[in-house]
Formats: sequence, C-alpha cells, structure tokens
Amino acid sequence: MIQYLSIALMLVGIYGLLSQRNMIKLIVSLNIFEIGLNIFIVSIGFVKDGLAPILTSNHNSSALLYVDPLPQAMVLTAIVIGVGITALALALARKLYKTHGTYELDEMEGE
Amino acid sequence: MKQVVSILLVLAVGFFIFSALYFPNQGDSAFDSYGEVDLDERVSSSFIDKNVTGENDEVVFGESANLEDGSANYVTSVIVNYRSFDTLGEVTVLFISAFGVGLLLSGRRKKQAFAHQPNFILKYGARLVFGIMVIFGVYMFSHGHLAPGGGFPGGAIIAAALLLLYLADNDFRAKMKAFKVTEGIAGSIYVILGLLAIVIGGYFLMNFLPTGIVGTIFSAGLIPIIYVLIGLKVGSEIAGIVDSFLTVEVEK
Repeated sequence: MIQYLSIALMLVGIYGLLSQRNMIKLIVSLNIFEIGLNIFIVSIGFVKDGLAPILTSNHNSSALLYVDPLPQAMVLTAIVIGVGITALALALARKLYKTHGTYELDEMEGE
Repeated sequence: MKQVVSILLVLAVGFFIFSALYFPNQGDSAFDSYGEVDLDERVSSSFIDKNVTGENDEVVFGESANLEDGSANYVTSVIVNYRSFDTLGEVTVLFISAFGVGLLLSGRRKKQAFAHQPNFILKYGARLVFGIMVIFGVYMFSHGHLAPGGGFPGGAIIAAALLLLYLADNDFRAKMKAFKVTEGIAGSIYVILGLLAIVIGGYFLMNFLPTGIVGTIFSAGLIPIIYVLIGLKVGSEIAGIVDSFLTVEVEK
C-alpha cells in the first residue's frame, strides 16, 4: 500500500513540475517528487516483522531478522543531496527575483 | 489547457511505472513484493553478518571483537565503511552547493532585519536552548556507530541551533570565517585518512584501525572519527547556507 502511495506522491511532484510556472512552486514540486522517491526506495528494503538495523542490548545478534540497511543508507545520501539542490535552487530564485522583480517565469523579460 | 496536457502526461508516466513494477512479464519481476524480501539473496546479508572481506558467522552485541567493521548501527557501517567513497562524493556535492549559494548571494553583507523586534522570551529562551541543541548535535554525531543518527543529522541540528540565534536576535552575526576554516580542515582530514589507508591497508578509505568490541563507544575503528568530521563539515556548510540566506547585500 505504501508503495502505491509513494508512487502517487511522485506523480503529484511530476504534475507540479509540468504545470507550474512559479519558481518557488517548482522547487516545492521537486521536493515532493524527491520525498516520494525516497519513501519508495526505503519500502524496497522492508522485511515483514523485521527489526530496525541496529544492534542493541535487546536485539543483540545478527541472526535476528533485520530490514535491509542498504536502501536506508542510499536514501540518507539522497536526502543530503536533495538539501543541497534545494538550497542552490532557492539561491538562484532569490538572485532572479532581485534582477527581475518576480518569481513567475512567464513575466520575466530579457535585458 | 496546460493542466490537461500535464495530467495526461502524468497518467502516462504513472502507467509505465506501475506496469514495469507490478505487471512483470512471466515471472522476472523487477522488485520483490512489499515486505516479502529474502535478505539472504541480497548483498545486505553480508553487511549484516559483517563477512564482506572474510569469514564470519554471527555478530553478538557486546561480545564480538575485531570484526572487519565494528559498528552496531548497520546503516552507519554501510555509509561510512563499506560505501565510504560514496559518502566522500556526497560531502563534496554538499560542499559545491554551499559554495554555489555563497557565490550567488555574495558581496558585503549584513544581517537582514525582521519586521518584528524579537521579544524577551524568544531572545533569552533561544540562548538557553542553543547550548542544549549543540550538545545534542555533538552527542548525535559522536554516537553514530551505536544509535540512530550520525554526522548528517547531527550537523543539521547544530546548524538549526545557529538559525535559532539568527531568528532571536536582530544584531547577531556568526563569525563565518571560523566555520569556513572548520569545514576545510574537516574535509581535508577525511581525504588524508583515505590516502593514509592506501599506505597502510592497500585500499582507499579502508578501516585500518582496530575495531574493538561491538557496542562500546571506542569501537569501529575509523567510523566514529569520520562521522565526527562529517558532522563538523555538514554543520558548518549548512550554517554557511543559513548565513547566506539571512543576510542582505550592503549598498556601498
């Protein structure tokens, strides 16, 4: 079920990227797309009745059933890179707002 | 009109994703069904048993010693040990984006004034919470090999503490030069550790220190050292981004 929901979230993000012309809305769409993708990747590694992949004094053996740690590590990488992309995109948007006075891509004029 | 075309395109993309994932041709499915994963068929089973480079059957918390990687947190062991080169690239991407933000919003800068003067409770409450947040951030990246968390969330918490000070005081301005020096030194030590591993062990970023007993604070060899470096680096980078966004250019 959560896999269908994450794909639906991805599609919402793609729809926003295709239909919006406001820079801030485009960046928000990009983030929604990314969150849907991240949830999907984490869901690939889910094992039924699996434990969180950390050894503790309660779950102290690697012979127990754990969920797959590799997709979680990949998603941690993806989240950090998403933060970088969002920061760079917002900085670009702010620079463009300063020169053009608007966030709408349609209203910008060449100089 | 634009909306209709977008909806049609999105439905087409959605149809292709669903058909590729859930209606596979004759049995060779791209993914296992949700929750019905057999870890023994995946590469992750050797991450969990810690037998990627050698023979090892079972890892027991607090007993197993001198494994190839002594981290109790498997996600940390994948990020900072088995795929450490990947993480070096990731930190580089974050550095480049912080560099780009600084380049785009450059110039002589001063703190942006907010419309409302912060009141007494915000001003002094933020100073009180700042210390607790920094301590929690340091705890998080120094215990990355034992507990959930690690360098990236720990660094983000430290940067959030700085953001709080910016919001609470109109005259506050962090000394960005110190953050830039921290970031550069942390990144350089990460690369130097990797090169040192080539000399000692033969592979880039190999875990060449003794790994100790699983579950103790001084264990896992290079992992806590690298995670502290990543925490400092990420914290100072995000603090730099926050500073760039919360300041405005001064007209000369």
